[in-house]
This record gives sequence, C-alpha cells and structure tokens, in this order.
Amino acid sequence: MATKPPCFDEMLNEDGTPRAAYAAYHKWFTEQDSTHLKQKARDAEEFFRRTGITFAVYGDDEAEERLIPFDIIPRIVTARQWTKLSRGIEQRVRAINAFLQDIYHRQEIVRAGRLPIDLLVKNEAFVSQMIGFTPPGGVYTHIVGIDLVRTGPDEFMVLEDNARTPSGVSYMLENRETMMNMFPELFSTIRVRNVSDYPKNLRASLSRVAPPACTGDPVVAVLTPGIHNSAYFEHAFLADQMGAELVEGHDIRIVNGRVAMRTTRGYQPIDVLYRRLDDDYLDPLIFKPDSVLGIPGVFDLYRAGKITIANAPGTGIADDKAIYSYMPDIVEFYTGEKPILKNVDTWRCSEPDSLAYVLDHLSELVVKEVHGSGGYGMLIGPAASKKELAAFTAKLKAKPANYIAQPTLALSTIPIFANSGLAPRHVDLRPFVLVSPDKIDITPGGLTRVALRKGSLVVNSSQGGGTKDSWVIEDD
Amino acid sequence: MLGKTASGIFWMFRYLERAENIARLIETGHRFTLTRNRGRQDEWRSILSALGMDAAYRANHEEYNAAQVVDYLLRDKANPGNLRNLIDSARQNARTTRTAITRELWEAVNECWICVNDALKRQVREAELPATIDLIERQTAQVRGALENTMLRNDGYNFSRVGNFIERADSMARLLDVKYYVLLPSVSFVGSSLDNIQWETILRSTSAYSAYRWLYPGRASALGIADFLILDRRFPRSLAFCYGKLTDNLRHLAMSYGVQSDSLTEAERIYAGFASMTAASILEDGLHEFLVDFLTQNRRLAAMVEQEYRFNS
Repeated sequence: MATKPPCFDEMLNEDGTPRAAYAAYHKWFTEQDSTHLKQKARDAEEFFRRTGITFAVYGDDEAEERLIPFDIIPRIVTARQWTKLSRGIEQRVRAINAFLQDIYHRQEIVRAGRLPIDLLVKNEAFVSQMIGFTPPGGVYTHIVGIDLVRTGPDEFMVLEDNARTPSGVSYMLENRETMMNMFPELFSTIRVRNVSDYPKNLRASLSRVAPPACTGDPVVAVLTPGIHNSAYFEHAFLADQMGAELVEGHDIRIVNGRVAMRTTRGYQPIDVLYRRLDDDYLDPLIFKPDSVLGIPGVFDLYRAGKITIANAPGTGIADDKAIYSYMPDIVEFYTGEKPILKNVDTWRCSEPDSLAYVLDHLSELVVKEVHGSGGYGMLIGPAASKKELAAFTAKLKAKPANYIAQPTLALSTIPIFANSGLAPRHVDLRPFVLVSPDKIDITPGGLTRVALRKGSLVVNSSQGGGTKDSWVIEDD
Repeated sequence: MLGKTASGIFWMFRYLERAENIARLIETGHRFTLTRNRGRQDEWRSILSALGMDAAYRANHEEYNAAQVVDYLLRDKANPGNLRNLIDSARQNARTTRTAITRELWEAVNECWICVNDALKRQVREAELPATIDLIERQTAQVRGALENTMLRNDGYNFSRVGNFIERADSMARLLDVKYYVLLPSVSFVGSSLDNIQWETILRSTSAYSAYRWLYPGRASALGIADFLILDRRFPRSLAFCYGKLTDNLRHLAMSYGVQSDSLTEAERIYAGFASMTAASILEDGLHEFLVDFLTQNRRLAAMVEQEYRFNS
C-alpha cells in the first residue's frame, strides 16, 4: 500500500491517553488481567456458538454456518455525539421517505431539474407497479440502516443507506447480551443506553401500518427465503422476539382475497408482512417468474389494501449507489434544510469528466458497482494489484454507468483485543431506524462492524469482518 | 402455530427418540459382543433389522463386523439414517421452529448437535465407544430436560410429545418383532441359556433391564416380558404407556383447538384395545401378527395427525 493516511482512533489520543468517551472504560480495562480477558473472549465465542448465532457464507459448502467474529472492546459514542448523529439520521430517513413518495407519484424532483429522469426510469430498482400507490400510513421504509463512517472527532459521514432489507440488528442485540453476560460490572458503573427494546418497537412500529383490510390486532409475520439464507438466524430471531410467525412462500396461499398462512387451525390472514426477501423474488407474477420463494399475487393484494409489505417494494431505489451521490440534494429538496450528515465525495462514472478522473486516479480510489452490495464486486485502489487495476479499468470503460468511485477514506479505528493486546482496526457503524406514520425511532448505537485484518478497510461479515458492541453513554 | 412449525417440532422429537434408540441398541450390541462368544453376528444383524437398515447395510458390507456396524449406525455417509444425521435433522428442525420453542430448548438441541458432531467427526474407536454412547445419551437427556422444564404446555409441547411417543411405540414394536421368536412359548430351547441371553438383550436395549428385575426378581419368562414391554402402563417404553401418553396429548390438542379430532378417537381406540388384552392372548393369537398390525395402525395414526393439523398442506 502507498503512504497510509493518518487515522483517527476513537479510543486513544495520539499520546496513548484515552479520549473522553472511553475514560471510564479505559480505566476498567487497564485494571484487568489480560489472561482473564482472553478467557472472556473465548467465553464470548462459546456463547455465540452455543446460542447458534451464525451466518451462512455463499459458495462455501464446507463451512456453511460460521460465527461472526466478536470483539470484546466496545465502540463508545457519547450522548452528545449521538444526539447530533440521530438528528442527521432522522433527517435523512425523512428525506428518503419523501423521495420515495415523490418518485412514485408526481416526481417533483425531476420536474425541478434536481435529478435526471434516467436515474429513475432506467434503474432496475425502480418498481413501476408502485406508481400512484401510497403504502399504508405513507411509510415506505419501515426499517432502515444507515452506514456511517468517521474520519475525525466530529467527522461522521454516510457511506451507504440501506433502505431495502437491512440486516445485522440481531447482532446488535446479541452483542449487548453477550457483553452484559461477560462484563456485568461494566454496565453497573457505566450508564449505557438500552437497546433491548428494538424487537418490541419493531412490532409496535409494524402494527401501526396495518392495511385497511385489517380488523383487530394486526397479525405480523416475517417472510424468510429459508434456512439456507445467510441471515436466517436473524429472521428467526426477530420473529421469535416479536412473537410473530416466521413464514416461507410455501406456507402462504391466497384465501378469500387475503394473504394467509397455513396454521394448525387452518389458513389465517396476515396483515403486515415483514419480508426479508428482495423485490425480485416477492411476487413471481410481477417480478422473477421463476421465483419459488415469494407469493404469487401478493402485489395485487398489496395495492388493494389487503396486506402491508415492509419495506415497501421499490424502496431499493433510495439506496441505489447511483442515487447516493444525489442524497445531499435530495435531503435539501424535501426537508428544506442543509444535510446534517455529509455524504462521501462521489464520482459518477457515467459522467465523462468524472470517468476520466477516476481512470487517472484508480489506484487511490474505491470503486463500487452501482447495484452491488455486501462488499462484492468492489475495487479498493490502494490495495489492488496492477492486474486487478487493469481488469477494473477495462470494466469501467465497458460500462461506466455501472460504477461510482470514492476517495479511499482514512476510516477511524478502534482497538480490538488481539493476542498481542490492543490493536487498532477500521470500523463503521450501522444504526437501525424504525419508521412509522407518527414517529421515527432510532435505537441508540447500532451495529459496529470492524475489519479484523490490519489495515483492511472492508468490514463486511461476508469478507471476514467482525462486530463490536456499540454503546451510547450518558454524559456526566 | 404454522402447520410447518407443528411438523418441525413433531419430527424433531421423532428424530431425537430415534437417535436415542440407536444409541441404546449399539450399547446393547456392544455389551453382547463383550460377554458372549457366540451369536455376535446374529445380534448385530437383528439390531440392523430392528432399525429397518439390514438390507441397506448388506448392500455394501460382506459381514456383520462390530466396528463396521457401529460406524454404519453412527456416522457412515452410506446410511442416510445414521445417528449423526438424525441429530443434524433434529437441530435443523429446531432452527426452523425457533419461534415456537424456548431458548433453553434451542440451546440444548444446538449443544447436543455440537457435541455429537465433534464426537463423531472420526470413526469411534472401540475404546471410546462407551464414553461416546454415554455422551449421546446425556446430551439427548438434556434436550428432554429443557423441554420438560421450560416449554409452555401448549400445542407445541403436545406435538413434541406426540412425535416422541409415536416414534417410541414404533421402535419398540419393531424390536419386539425382530425378536418375537424368542418370546414364543413353543420354541424348543425355552429355559436354555441362549434364551436368557436373548431376553436380557431385549430388556437392556429398551432400558427395561433393572425395572423388570425389580418387578419380577429372578423370574424372566416370555409371558412376563411380553406383558411388561407391551401392556405394562408403568413402564415408560411399553406400547400401552406410549398410547396412554398419546391419548393425553392428542386430547389436550383437541380441547385447546376446540375440535372433533379423528386422531384422538383413533388413539383412544388403540389404547382401549390394550386394556382388553393379556400377554397370553397376544402370544396365542400370534405375536408377529399383532406387531405387524400395530405398526400399521401406529403409522396410520401419525398420518392422521399430520393431516388433521395441516403439517404439509
């Protein structure tokens, strides 16, 4: 790698003293015996193994189920920082919902010349069947995850929005459970904001967007692609915690004009479907005709007010990487305010000048596929070989509109507890947001993902990343 | 509850019960090998028959060698019904029914799976066999403990019990059928030592050895054993005991669902049948015929439950 930019460490100042947020934790940490902590780290792993908190890696038959590596050193954010972050997140999520409402109706943003029409209508994530339809309660993205990165004391930026089916919230919850199990004394001395209400809030939030056909207490179900999906544990976990049924396509049938699940007492209508399935697979009559995971006909019933689908179909356009670079404009257009959270500078390779710049500076940039996710199909210039750079140059020239590029950020680090002691590693943060008609609820903290390899910037669990518990602590 | 979930819990406990039966049969077979010089091959063969695996075993094995049979039963990939696969299926079912089972039950099944998988990674050497069987028995016992101690007595619990006792009745009847000739009063070697060994084997492989001795000290008779394993309501593996439990659990289901249940009526009919039988009448009318008939009825009951509670459609 070329010259490495200096990174901001969230725990330690340059002189090795702890930053304010970490003062109490650091004091506790230095009083611990490292053999004892090593044992605790092993206990934590055993805890995850025993409780079966695993994920599946695609294309990896041998180790179909893996543990996400968990690091015992928490990510700590102060209440003051969090207040600012959550204001920024709320603003962004409001804008995303207003944007979705607009693009599926009058498309004022296009009329105003703030967004090229091609980015909508030629976008695979744009679901034309949503045009003219308003989902129950006007909510499009019931569950959102906003990926934040940090480059300095007050420099938080949005790296990515997740408006389809963001995952990872079960790790946020289980990481906290594990930490409270391992280190109860920390939680009695440091006031950490609680996260455990998330499943209850999720259920309440989904219940508030029941469809017109719902009479009485809304019946909520979680739709999973099945046991082989990488996030199956999370689907089962959330259904269990919410007291909802976990259904697959073959448990469901349309009965008397309602989407109904086969129970031991017969078919029971579902009011709100929290689907953890991509748009493409949701309804074979509308999308992929060969999908066996979805429910034929569900879309028509959705439009007829017989069921609520969360998140709404077509929300993916809001987290599309091509749209991402317009997010500052989108926030301003719909909220009338300056964005509180910044975007990462982004070059749209569809624009000839930008493409030329990107090709010239490829070895310094991160290039992402517009429709990719999970860290697949991405180039990290500074870490790439000559051969990889050449291959990507060819790809960029062939299909420039498929790519965006961003500067290689000096992502903040937080130490992990390695064999040799504390070792700084790059992190990001995904707070989870629940949207209902009358409120936006952000769980304090979120999921901290950490690149376990020294110097690596890739935090995705599919690429060997790990997680940390994330604390928002009360200011003294 | 989803029909799929009911099915998942039902089968989870069938798999676990089946795995326990295999472990117990291996234990018995191994003990037989250690204590008797003759008839070892026959013993392994009858164990395979009781599990319905004899034909498949013979398809790729020349002889009934203890090490090969044990490996076949525990972990051989050529045997889809091996114990490791059963535990794997039970755990898979627990994953898919996570919303209907307690955290304690899930963790017990998961830990059982982790331990059994570790223990069966490689072929189990004879020196390790007793400890391995012991581990399997303890792990499955913990799953039962978690079920009993933490599960709400709701439909999920009842489906788990129905699966458990249908499987248990099935395996008891199969085992008796494989050994039925031992219990025939007319055979010439009644009272001979081979006869006693066979009885002992049957009792041991059904965990009935000590219970039977308490009740009938020093008096092992064909009639007594048949009575004990088929009709004694105090013995938790007898056919009558299983059907007593099945009627209880199916009644709870029917009552909580407020339905007329055909499967309950059928279980009650079978259960009532036991009351009108004696061991002597069963042996007189033909033990083999009785068992074949019972197995058919037991299978039919399982199918009725599956249909009534919409397991699959």
